[in-house]
Amino acid sequence: MIGGLFIYNHKGEVLISRVYRDDIGRNAVDAFRVNVIHARQQVRSPVTNIARTSFFHVKRSNIWLAAVTKQNVNAAMVFEFLYKMCDVMTAYFGKISEENIKNNFVLIYELLDEILDFGYPQNSETGALKTFITQQGIKGQTKEEQSQITSQVTGQIGWRREGIKYRRNELFLDVLESVNLLMSPQGQVLSAHVSGRVVMKSYLSGMPECKFGMNDKIVIDKQGKGAASDDAGKSSGKQSIAIDDCTFHQCVRLSKFDSERSISFIPPDGEYELMRYRTTKDIILPFRVIPLVREVGRTKLEVKVVIKSNFKPSLLAQKIEVRIPTPLNTSGVQVICMKGKAKYKASENAIVWKIKRMAGMKESQISAEIELLPTNDKKKWARPPISMNFEVPFAPSGLKVRYLKVFESKLNYSDHDVIKWVRYIGRSGIYETRC
Amino acid sequence: MPAVSKGDGMRGLAVFISDIRNCKSKEAEIKRINKELANIRSKFKGDKALDGYSKKKYVCKLLFIFLLGHDIDFGHMEAVNLLSSNKYTEKQIGYLFISVLVNSNSELIRLINNAIKNDLSSRNPTFMCLALHCIANVGSREMAEAFASEIPRILVAGDTMDSVKQSAALCLLRLYKTSPDLVLMGEWTSRVVHLLNDQHMGVVTAAISLITCLSQKNPDEFKTCVSLAVSRLSRIVSSASTDLQDYTYYFVPAPWLSCKLLRLLQCYPPPEDGAVKGRLVECLETILNKAQEPPKSKKVQHSNAKNAILFEAISLIIHYDSEPNLLVRACNQLGQFLQHRETNLRYLALESMCTLASSEFSHEAVKTHIETVINALKTERDVSVRQRAADLLYAMCDRSNAKQIVAEMLSYLETADYSIREEMVLKVAILAEKYAVDYSWYVDTILNLIRIAGDYVSEEVWYRVIQIVINRDDVQGYAAKTVFEALQAPACHENMVKVGGYILGEFGNLIAGDPRSSPLVQFNLLHSKFHLCSVPTRALLLSAYIKFINLFPETKATIQEVLRCDSQIRNSDVELQQRAVEYLKLSSIASTDVLATVLEEMPPFPERESSILAKLKKKKGPGAVSVTELEDSKREGGELNGGSDRGPDTAAMAASNASTPSPSADLLGIRSSAPVGAAPTSAGSLLVDVFSEAGPAAPSAAVNDDGFLSSAPPSEDPAPPLSEADELLNKFVCKNNGVLFENQLLQIGIKSEYRQNLGRMYLFYGNKTSVQFASFTTTVSCPGELQSHILFPQLNVQTKAVEPLVEGGAQIQQVLNIECLTDFSEAPLLNIKFRYGGALQNLTLKLPVTINKFFQPTEMASHDFFQRWKQLSQPAQEAQKIFKANHSMDTEVLKAKLLGLGTALLDDVDPNPENYVCAGVIQTKGQQVGCLLRLEPNAQAQMYRLTLRCSKDSVSRRLCELLAEQF
Repeated sequence: MIGGLFIYNHKGEVLISRVYRDDIGRNAVDAFRVNVIHARQQVRSPVTNIARTSFFHVKRSNIWLAAVTKQNVNAAMVFEFLYKMCDVMTAYFGKISEENIKNNFVLIYELLDEILDFGYPQNSETGALKTFITQQGIKGQTKEEQSQITSQVTGQIGWRREGIKYRRNELFLDVLESVNLLMSPQGQVLSAHVSGRVVMKSYLSGMPECKFGMNDKIVIDKQGKGAASDDAGKSSGKQSIAIDDCTFHQCVRLSKFDSERSISFIPPDGEYELMRYRTTKDIILPFRVIPLVREVGRTKLEVKVVIKSNFKPSLLAQKIEVRIPTPLNTSGVQVICMKGKAKYKASENAIVWKIKRMAGMKESQISAEIELLPTNDKKKWARPPISMNFEVPFAPSGLKVRYLKVFESKLNYSDHDVIKWVRYIGRSGIYETRC
Repeated sequence: MPAVSKGDGMRGLAVFISDIRNCKSKEAEIKRINKELANIRSKFKGDKALDGYSKKKYVCKLLFIFLLGHDIDFGHMEAVNLLSSNKYTEKQIGYLFISVLVNSNSELIRLINNAIKNDLSSRNPTFMCLALHCIANVGSREMAEAFASEIPRILVAGDTMDSVKQSAALCLLRLYKTSPDLVLMGEWTSRVVHLLNDQHMGVVTAAISLITCLSQKNPDEFKTCVSLAVSRLSRIVSSASTDLQDYTYYFVPAPWLSCKLLRLLQCYPPPEDGAVKGRLVECLETILNKAQEPPKSKKVQHSNAKNAILFEAISLIIHYDSEPNLLVRACNQLGQFLQHRETNLRYLALESMCTLASSEFSHEAVKTHIETVINALKTERDVSVRQRAADLLYAMCDRSNAKQIVAEMLSYLETADYSIREEMVLKVAILAEKYAVDYSWYVDTILNLIRIAGDYVSEEVWYRVIQIVINRDDVQGYAAKTVFEALQAPACHENMVKVGGYILGEFGNLIAGDPRSSPLVQFNLLHSKFHLCSVPTRALLLSAYIKFINLFPETKATIQEVLRCDSQIRNSDVELQQRAVEYLKLSSIASTDVLATVLEEMPPFPERESSILAKLKKKKGPGAVSVTELEDSKREGGELNGGSDRGPDTAAMAASNASTPSPSADLLGIRSSAPVGAAPTSAGSLLVDVFSEAGPAAPSAAVNDDGFLSSAPPSEDPAPPLSEADELLNKFVCKNNGVLFENQLLQIGIKSEYRQNLGRMYLFYGNKTSVQFASFTTTVSCPGELQSHILFPQLNVQTKAVEPLVEGGAQIQQVLNIECLTDFSEAPLLNIKFRYGGALQNLTLKLPVTINKFFQPTEMASHDFFQRWKQLSQPAQEAQKIFKANHSMDTEVLKAKLLGLGTALLDDVDPNPENYVCAGVIQTKGQQVGCLLRLEPNAQAQMYRLTLRCSKDSVSRRLCELLAEQF
């Protein structure tokens, strides 16, 4: 049970302090500031124990959010709550910054009262919250509206209210993935995984029942067996993916997923995250980085890096950025690149090479000459890995949305009447190649 | 000194620093620093040379970045370049960088040293000062090596500026503190001492710090400084407050210099020269007089400076301890401070008085302040001041005021701070014992002590009261009565129960006549406490019960009933169970005569040091009080007990009460040499509990043949060496590795190696049981002869303490480093103590270190051998023995043994091939002893003849003894 929640700015000044339980004293605020924010050594662990009190913190840009408790709580729950809190605040007033928090402190206290009750997390669904916590001040609500809110908040389906009506029934489905990679200089994959999210935006009337299908290996195999056709099983098996683990939005009926592995749910209104997943097998690596580093004497270093795009030529990757670390005693850099722009950024000790767009199955290279200052230190340069950022219009895990069916029995619109949009975006997570 | 003008300030640096200060986050700061570092690197790398200004600026930035906590691995060269600049600011920054970021790069060091040398030899005083400051700031050994000879020259040179002299003196002090071996004053000594006469007060102040430090190491060389210091001091003290212009601080002339002078004088005994002494006494008197004058200023700085000098003067007076007049005056002055408003002053006054109290001249004067001190103990707010007050009370206590002080301390104890309670208890106990005229008072005091602060009364205190009661017949009855009354309180401290149990068990009969304390009442009273006590106390009470059976046969049935009850005879604690069973049997089987013999009254304890005193000393460390203590009791012995009242019965009294001829001897920690187990208590010492710290659990008392308990009390004194120790030793004469000792509990393995006069021995202690050994300690001592030559030790054995816990089945290792200083005959003793299941095990073995271990084999031809053999022809040098063979006379075995001995076995030397001839040199630190050996076996008679000739007669005798056992 969370005992209290504090928000600090980067200097450690308290912006928001809300204590839910008596066991948290006022000095807890200072204890966290002194021992974590102002600690001599940077505190890396997100959980800190000070005098039998646990502090769980997350940092958003320069803002610290810390949940405090004296009890033995489920840490995952606390962090889930903190992330949810961040989402809610972002949904209400945009970026979490000191300025925004100061301007919206009344709202934040109101939100904190609503989503935590005596330290127990309550409904934190943005859509639901927005119906009764507004930034417009107190809006005259009719009796009906009030009763509707009550029935929604206390009812079985807390995330959707009744009687929603749209002229155009529309839904948007985004598959957002980030691909993480660590590759040896010889091109051997040391570790790779994709963490993905399925984000949905739905504008549907009434209380629709949705069913979501994708190329999950288990489902496909099962169907393949059901069809009793070996060919079908094989052909579909090629395209199916193995999902390592996944979590769902609370609207998904888990019992049904457990028994049939089908994802069915009554969606909340507006934007929400339907599921998260992770895969580690058969990942399509969109880029290959080939580094070549040569030390010429003690005062010179030659670096050549080739990147190769590895996807359909018809697709275009965007926002490509390659970051080549330079030694700490660099005194000058000359860069030559065919494509894009490259620059030595002294403040980050790296050469940053940016390419706006790049089609599939292409190749590009950069070469740099780094001059070094001779030092009396015998330490060798540690050669940190070359990292890369990009965005590609496909899912590197190979996930495909097979269908999303909408059933609404009471209102007279069918699955065909709903306009559906699907989009795939693959981004780089930590995408590194050793050199 | 050219100041840094505004125009000279570095704008780039200011901008950089303000950028960093404005950074919102750590990441931003790191980014800014990385950018700056890259910029500096490119500037340093750049082809065109930098001018002095930019070099200085960048070096400054690097320094700032370093001080922010980032690594800097370049820029040293640029900083060194700055050193050779002619501008002060550039040079200064260069030196600053060097002294902060000194790098042990040899090439750089050479350049730096060169630059410093140049500056030292320049005529510019600011440059010289900069260089000296740099040397002092770095203060490394290399620096000392390079400049230790140079600096004294600058210090004493006539043409050196005053400011440089000041720096040089302090720099030399710093170098002397880091590497005293390199700073050799030698010829400079007298000229340094004469710096005390320097015109410039700053130079004198700096020089005096140096002289104080140097004279602590070699007081004789600097002896001349005393008279100079005295004259200097008298000039300052007698000067008017306006004389010393710049050196007058709030109307006090040169307070720092005065303090330092007084402190320097404290390094020396009082001056022998009458004139000098007179002058000094005059100075001290003036200082004391000045303290009486009304203050010239209300400012706190004025009084602080004045008091600083005064306290320093008082410490000097105490240090000399020869001027009764001054001591008394100092004491009166301190007495005034005792009531001062300032807590710090009161604290200092109490502390100084503590030392004054130990001086024979001022002891009486200190005593006049007793009321104030007692008041301080009661009313002071600060616990540290109260602590000092308690110390002072302890120090000023003597026979005349002991009763009052002890009573005050006792009454204070009830409200005393927890942190000082234990110490207070010890002090009360010691004072009560030391100054007891009337032993009933002593018993009352200690029992009161236990009642008031039972938790803080350590074992030693109640051991001691029992020892004293037992040794003194006249208080026994009184003690029994008081204890009986004290026990009647509904809640007693456990220590009280212990004392009660012991005393009633011994002397209950003395009060049994009174119907209110009839035997049964006594027993019931004790037994009513039984169930609330811990196991050791219960064990003691059981012993008291069996003593009751002896004292009062009428209680026998009741007590047997109690012993027979399940909670005793089947107690889960082995010790209690065993006692119950054995006592029950003893009481039912043995006749009254036997009982009376076994359970006889405890014999008087042998005289020994008051263990309480030892404890207090341990608690305090080698601090002021223990010294006071020592002096105190010397005086005590000399004055009070040395006279008429040293009667025969005081002699039997407490040890610290000066019964031994040399009153301080017992304080020096010499214990009674007789092992406690050998005291005449062996038969009746059922109540061994009181003996020593070994704990009340008597060792698993083995039942002897005659059915009696023989309890060799475990004691802290090392047990006598095992009888088979010599045998064990002989096993190792010819070999270095093996098992030294083994019994059911412990196995000791040994591995050793020797080279010349040095040896290293590995001892492996293996725990053969599955139970942990606790408080496992080993000590190596050299017995008899070895020890008696304290000035000329024969063996030097060094070792580290072992882990105190040995887990079951585990093995621990100990390394002994042995150095043979001269030849020896007795092997060192290894004493091992540990607790196995609560019982103390005590074991002493001889370490197999024999003289032959230090043999170096020498090969020589037949001719050489006989030549030397003849040279060693004096009768004392030869030792011969004819003996019967103990072992088989196999040739190979014999050869192996002779080689194991460490000598070289020489073939083809002796005309008779049956005989063995060996040669070797014994290496000791002091000398080498050549040895020649000849062994002639006679197979028919199974006899040997062994002849040894050594250049030292004692060696040949010892070797002969050793070897005779081997064959």
